[in-house]
Amino acid sequence: MTNDAVTSNGTIEKVSIVVSKGSLEGVYPALIMANGARAEGIEANLFFTFFGLDAIHKARHEHIKLATVGNPGLHLATWAGGLPGVSSVMTHYMAHKMGQLDIPPISEFIEMIADTGAGLYACQASVDLFGLTRDDFIEQVKDIITVGEFYDLAAGGQIIFT
Amino acid sequence: MSTKVYAGTEVTVNDEGFFADAGQWREEMAPEIAREAGLGTLTPRHWQVVTFMRHEYAEKGTGPSVRALSKTSGVSVKELYQLFPKGPAKLAAKIAGIPKPRGCI
Repeated sequence: MTNDAVTSNGTIEKVSIVVSKGSLEGVYPALIMANGARAEGIEANLFFTFFGLDAIHKARHEHIKLATVGNPGLHLATWAGGLPGVSSVMTHYMAHKMGQLDIPPISEFIEMIADTGAGLYACQASVDLFGLTRDDFIEQVKDIITVGEFYDLAAGGQIIFT
Repeated sequence: MSTKVYAGTEVTVNDEGFFADAGQWREEMAPEIAREAGLGTLTPRHWQVVTFMRHEYAEKGTGPSVRALSKTSGVSVKELYQLFPKGPAKLAAKIAGIPKPRGCI
Protein backbone atom coordinates (compact mmCIF):
# COMPACT_ATOMS: atom_id res chain seq x y z
CA MET A 1 0.00 0.00 0.00
CA THR A 2 1.27 3.46 -0.78
CA ASN A 3 0.48 6.58 1.18
CA ASP A 4 1.14 10.01 -0.33
CA ALA A 5 1.18 11.68 3.06
CA VAL A 6 4.31 9.79 3.96
CA THR A 7 7.44 10.16 1.89
CA SER A 8 9.52 7.19 0.78
CA ASN A 9 11.79 7.56 3.80
CA GLY A 10 8.81 7.46 6.17
CA THR A 11 8.64 11.10 7.26
CA ILE A 12 5.48 13.23 7.45
CA GLU A 13 5.64 16.29 5.18
CA LYS A 14 2.32 18.02 5.86
CA VAL A 15 -0.48 17.98 8.47
CA SER A 16 -3.88 19.64 8.40
CA ILE A 17 -5.44 19.86 11.84
CA VAL A 18 -9.17 20.36 12.39
CA VAL A 19 -10.12 22.16 15.61
CA SER A 20 -13.78 21.51 16.40
CA LYS A 21 -13.92 22.11 20.17
CA GLY A 22 -14.09 25.43 21.99
CA SER A 23 -12.81 24.29 25.37
CA LEU A 24 -9.29 24.79 26.72
CA GLU A 25 -8.56 21.07 26.63
CA GLY A 26 -10.11 20.93 23.16
CA VAL A 27 -7.94 23.68 21.68
CA TYR A 28 -4.46 23.19 23.21
CA PRO A 29 -3.66 19.74 21.82
CA ALA A 30 -4.28 20.97 18.27
CA LEU A 31 -2.08 24.04 18.84
CA ILE A 32 0.73 21.96 20.33
CA MET A 33 0.56 19.55 17.41
CA ALA A 34 0.59 22.36 14.83
CA ASN A 35 3.45 24.20 16.51
CA GLY A 36 5.37 20.97 16.99
CA ALA A 37 4.90 20.10 13.33
CA ARG A 38 6.38 23.44 12.24
CA ALA A 39 9.28 23.01 14.66
CA GLU A 40 10.07 19.75 12.86
CA GLY A 41 9.90 21.46 9.49
CA ILE A 42 6.52 19.92 8.67
CA GLU A 43 4.02 22.09 6.79
CA ALA A 44 0.92 22.73 8.93
CA ASN A 45 -2.59 24.11 8.48
CA LEU A 46 -5.24 24.67 11.13
CA PHE A 47 -8.91 24.54 10.18
CA PHE A 48 -11.24 25.96 12.84
CA THR A 49 -14.78 24.67 12.73
CA PHE A 50 -17.87 24.78 14.95
CA PHE A 51 -17.00 25.83 18.52
CA GLY A 52 -13.33 25.65 17.60
CA LEU A 53 -13.90 29.05 15.95
CA ASP A 54 -13.73 30.63 19.41
CA ALA A 55 -9.97 30.08 19.35
CA ILE A 56 -9.60 32.63 16.51
CA HIS A 57 -12.51 34.86 17.52
CA LYS A 58 -11.21 38.32 18.51
CA ALA A 59 -13.57 38.74 21.45
CA ARG A 60 -13.40 35.16 22.67
CA HIS A 61 -9.94 33.72 22.15
CA GLU A 62 -8.68 35.16 25.42
CA HIS A 63 -11.58 33.63 27.32
CA ILE A 64 -11.42 29.95 26.42
CA LYS A 65 -12.41 27.89 29.44
CA LEU A 66 -11.74 24.44 30.76
CA ALA A 67 -14.83 22.19 30.70
CA THR A 68 -15.60 21.37 34.33
CA VAL A 69 -18.88 19.59 33.61
CA GLY A 70 -18.94 16.30 31.72
CA ASN A 71 -15.19 15.97 32.06
CA PRO A 72 -14.44 12.82 34.10
CA GLY A 73 -10.70 13.33 33.61
CA LEU A 74 -10.87 16.26 35.99
CA HIS A 75 -11.88 13.92 38.88
CA LEU A 76 -14.32 16.50 40.14
CA ALA A 77 -17.94 15.66 41.07
CA THR A 78 -20.24 16.74 38.24
CA TRP A 79 -22.40 18.83 40.57
CA ALA A 80 -19.30 20.67 41.84
CA GLY A 81 -18.11 21.39 38.30
CA GLY A 82 -21.38 23.15 37.58
CA LEU A 83 -21.17 25.61 40.47
CA PRO A 84 -20.79 29.26 39.41
CA GLY A 85 -17.16 30.27 39.00
CA VAL A 86 -15.68 26.77 39.14
CA SER A 87 -14.82 26.72 35.45
CA SER A 88 -13.09 30.11 35.78
CA VAL A 89 -11.13 29.06 38.85
CA MET A 90 -10.01 25.80 37.24
CA THR A 91 -9.07 27.66 34.04
CA HIS A 92 -6.96 30.11 36.06
CA TYR A 93 -5.30 27.26 37.89
CA MET A 94 -4.52 25.52 34.61
CA ALA A 95 -3.18 28.77 33.09
CA HIS A 96 -0.92 29.17 36.12
CA LYS A 97 0.44 25.63 35.77
CA MET A 98 0.97 26.14 32.05
CA GLY A 99 2.72 29.44 32.65
CA GLN A 100 5.21 27.63 34.88
CA LEU A 101 6.00 25.32 31.97
CA ASP A 102 6.24 28.28 29.59
CA ILE A 103 3.20 27.17 27.60
CA PRO A 104 1.76 30.40 26.18
CA PRO A 105 -1.91 31.46 26.55
CA ILE A 106 -4.09 30.47 23.58
CA SER A 107 -4.17 33.96 22.01
CA GLU A 108 -0.38 34.29 22.12
CA PHE A 109 0.15 30.68 21.03
CA ILE A 110 -2.02 31.17 17.94
CA GLU A 111 -0.10 34.30 16.95
CA MET A 112 3.14 32.40 17.35
CA ILE A 113 1.84 29.52 15.23
CA ALA A 114 0.88 31.98 12.48
CA ASP A 115 4.43 33.37 12.69
CA THR A 116 5.84 29.88 12.12
CA GLY A 117 4.18 29.99 8.71
CA ALA A 118 1.26 27.68 9.51
CA GLY A 119 -2.02 28.60 7.82
CA LEU A 120 -5.09 29.45 9.92
CA TYR A 121 -8.48 28.97 8.28
CA ALA A 122 -12.08 29.33 9.41
CA CYS A 123 -14.82 26.94 8.28
CA GLN A 124 -17.36 28.62 5.99
CA ALA A 125 -20.34 26.52 7.15
CA SER A 126 -19.68 27.30 10.82
CA VAL A 127 -19.10 30.99 10.11
CA ASP A 128 -22.52 31.09 8.38
CA LEU A 129 -24.13 29.07 11.16
CA PHE A 130 -22.96 31.44 13.88
CA GLY A 131 -23.58 34.57 11.80
CA LEU A 132 -19.93 35.65 11.91
CA THR A 133 -17.88 37.71 9.44
CA ARG A 134 -14.17 38.10 8.62
CA ASP A 135 -14.02 41.04 11.04
CA ASP A 136 -14.86 38.78 13.97
CA PHE A 137 -11.58 36.94 13.56
CA ILE A 138 -8.01 37.80 14.44
CA GLU A 139 -5.93 39.19 11.57
CA GLN A 140 -3.75 36.05 11.38
CA VAL A 141 -6.67 34.10 9.87
CA LYS A 142 -5.81 33.68 6.20
CA ASP A 143 -9.27 32.94 4.86
CA ILE A 144 -12.73 31.52 5.42
CA ILE A 145 -12.88 28.37 3.34
CA THR A 146 -15.34 25.61 2.41
CA VAL A 147 -14.81 21.99 3.30
CA GLY A 148 -13.89 21.30 -0.32
CA GLU A 149 -11.20 23.95 -0.21
CA PHE A 150 -9.95 22.43 3.03
CA TYR A 151 -9.51 19.06 1.32
CA ASP A 152 -7.62 20.76 -1.53
CA LEU A 153 -5.36 22.38 1.03
CA ALA A 154 -4.88 19.12 2.90
CA ALA A 155 -4.19 17.08 -0.23
CA GLY A 156 -1.06 14.96 -0.01
CA GLY A 157 -0.80 15.31 3.75
CA GLN A 158 -2.21 13.89 6.96
CA ILE A 159 -5.49 15.14 8.44
CA ILE A 160 -5.85 15.24 12.22
CA PHE A 161 -9.28 15.84 13.77
CA THR A 162 -9.47 17.23 17.29
CA MET B 1 25.89 6.31 15.48
CA SER B 2 28.07 6.90 12.45
CA THR B 3 30.92 9.15 11.50
CA LYS B 4 31.09 12.14 9.17
CA VAL B 5 33.89 14.35 7.95
CA TYR B 6 33.39 18.09 8.34
CA ALA B 7 36.17 20.59 7.63
CA GLY B 8 38.56 17.67 7.21
CA THR B 9 37.90 16.23 10.67
CA GLU B 10 36.04 13.04 11.48
CA VAL B 11 33.16 13.48 13.95
CA THR B 12 30.57 11.13 15.49
CA VAL B 13 26.92 11.84 14.69
CA ASN B 14 23.66 10.07 15.61
CA ASP B 15 21.11 8.62 13.17
CA GLU B 16 19.56 12.05 12.58
CA GLY B 17 22.93 13.68 11.94
CA PHE B 18 23.28 15.50 15.28
CA PHE B 19 26.71 15.58 16.91
CA ALA B 20 27.16 12.92 19.57
CA ASP B 21 29.85 15.04 21.23
CA ALA B 22 29.41 18.83 21.08
CA GLY B 23 33.13 19.10 21.91
CA GLN B 24 34.04 17.81 18.45
CA TRP B 25 32.40 20.82 16.77
CA ARG B 26 34.41 23.69 15.31
CA GLU B 27 33.15 26.85 13.63
CA GLU B 28 34.58 25.88 10.22
CA MET B 29 32.26 22.86 10.21
CA ALA B 30 29.04 24.93 10.39
CA PRO B 31 28.84 25.98 6.71
CA GLU B 32 29.24 22.36 5.58
CA ILE B 33 26.54 21.09 7.96
CA ALA B 34 24.27 23.94 6.82
CA ARG B 35 24.77 23.07 3.16
CA GLU B 36 23.99 19.44 3.90
CA ALA B 37 20.80 20.52 5.68
CA GLY B 38 19.68 22.39 2.57
CA LEU B 39 20.57 25.91 3.70
CA GLY B 40 22.56 28.35 1.60
CA THR B 41 25.32 30.58 2.90
CA LEU B 42 25.14 31.33 6.61
CA THR B 43 24.43 35.02 7.16
CA PRO B 44 25.36 36.97 10.32
CA ARG B 45 21.76 36.43 11.50
CA HIS B 46 22.15 32.65 11.12
CA TRP B 47 25.39 32.88 13.06
CA GLN B 48 23.74 34.87 15.81
CA VAL B 49 21.28 32.00 16.32
CA VAL B 50 23.92 29.26 16.02
CA THR B 51 26.21 30.99 18.52
CA PHE B 52 23.28 31.48 20.85
CA MET B 53 22.39 27.77 20.65
CA ARG B 54 25.92 26.81 21.67
CA HIS B 55 25.88 29.31 24.48
CA GLU B 56 22.54 27.96 25.81
CA TYR B 57 23.79 24.40 25.55
CA ALA B 58 26.97 25.24 27.46
CA GLU B 59 24.92 26.90 30.21
CA LYS B 60 21.94 24.59 30.51
CA GLY B 61 23.03 21.31 28.97
CA THR B 62 20.25 21.46 26.40
CA GLY B 63 19.34 23.61 23.41
CA PRO B 64 16.21 25.83 23.60
CA SER B 65 12.90 25.20 21.81
CA VAL B 66 11.75 27.69 19.15
CA ARG B 67 9.71 29.70 21.65
CA ALA B 68 12.50 29.91 24.20
CA LEU B 69 14.93 30.70 21.39
CA SER B 70 12.87 33.64 20.14
CA LYS B 71 12.26 34.96 23.65
CA THR B 72 15.91 34.97 24.64
CA SER B 73 17.90 35.40 21.42
CA GLY B 74 16.16 38.54 20.19
CA VAL B 75 15.28 36.94 16.84
CA SER B 76 11.51 36.77 16.25
CA VAL B 77 9.70 33.49 15.53
CA LYS B 78 8.90 34.76 12.05
CA GLU B 79 12.53 35.50 11.25
CA LEU B 80 13.70 32.22 12.79
CA TYR B 81 11.52 30.35 10.32
CA GLN B 82 12.80 32.52 7.46
CA LEU B 83 16.36 31.71 8.45
CA PHE B 84 15.72 28.01 9.10
CA PRO B 85 12.57 27.00 7.20
CA LYS B 86 12.85 23.32 8.09
CA GLY B 87 12.65 23.92 11.83
CA PRO B 88 14.74 26.64 13.55
CA ALA B 89 15.64 24.96 16.85
CA LYS B 90 16.31 21.63 15.20
CA LEU B 91 18.41 22.96 12.31
CA ALA B 92 20.31 25.53 14.36
CA ALA B 93 21.16 22.80 16.89
CA LYS B 94 22.43 20.55 14.13
CA ILE B 95 24.58 23.31 12.65
CA ALA B 96 25.80 24.27 16.14
CA GLY B 97 26.88 20.69 16.82
CA ILE B 98 24.65 20.22 19.87
CA PRO B 99 21.94 17.57 20.53
CA LYS B 100 18.46 18.06 19.14
CA PRO B 101 16.40 20.08 21.65
CA ARG B 102 13.59 18.09 23.25
CA GLY B 103 10.39 19.84 24.21
CA CYS B 104 6.82 20.16 23.01
CA ILE B 105 6.38 23.91 22.84
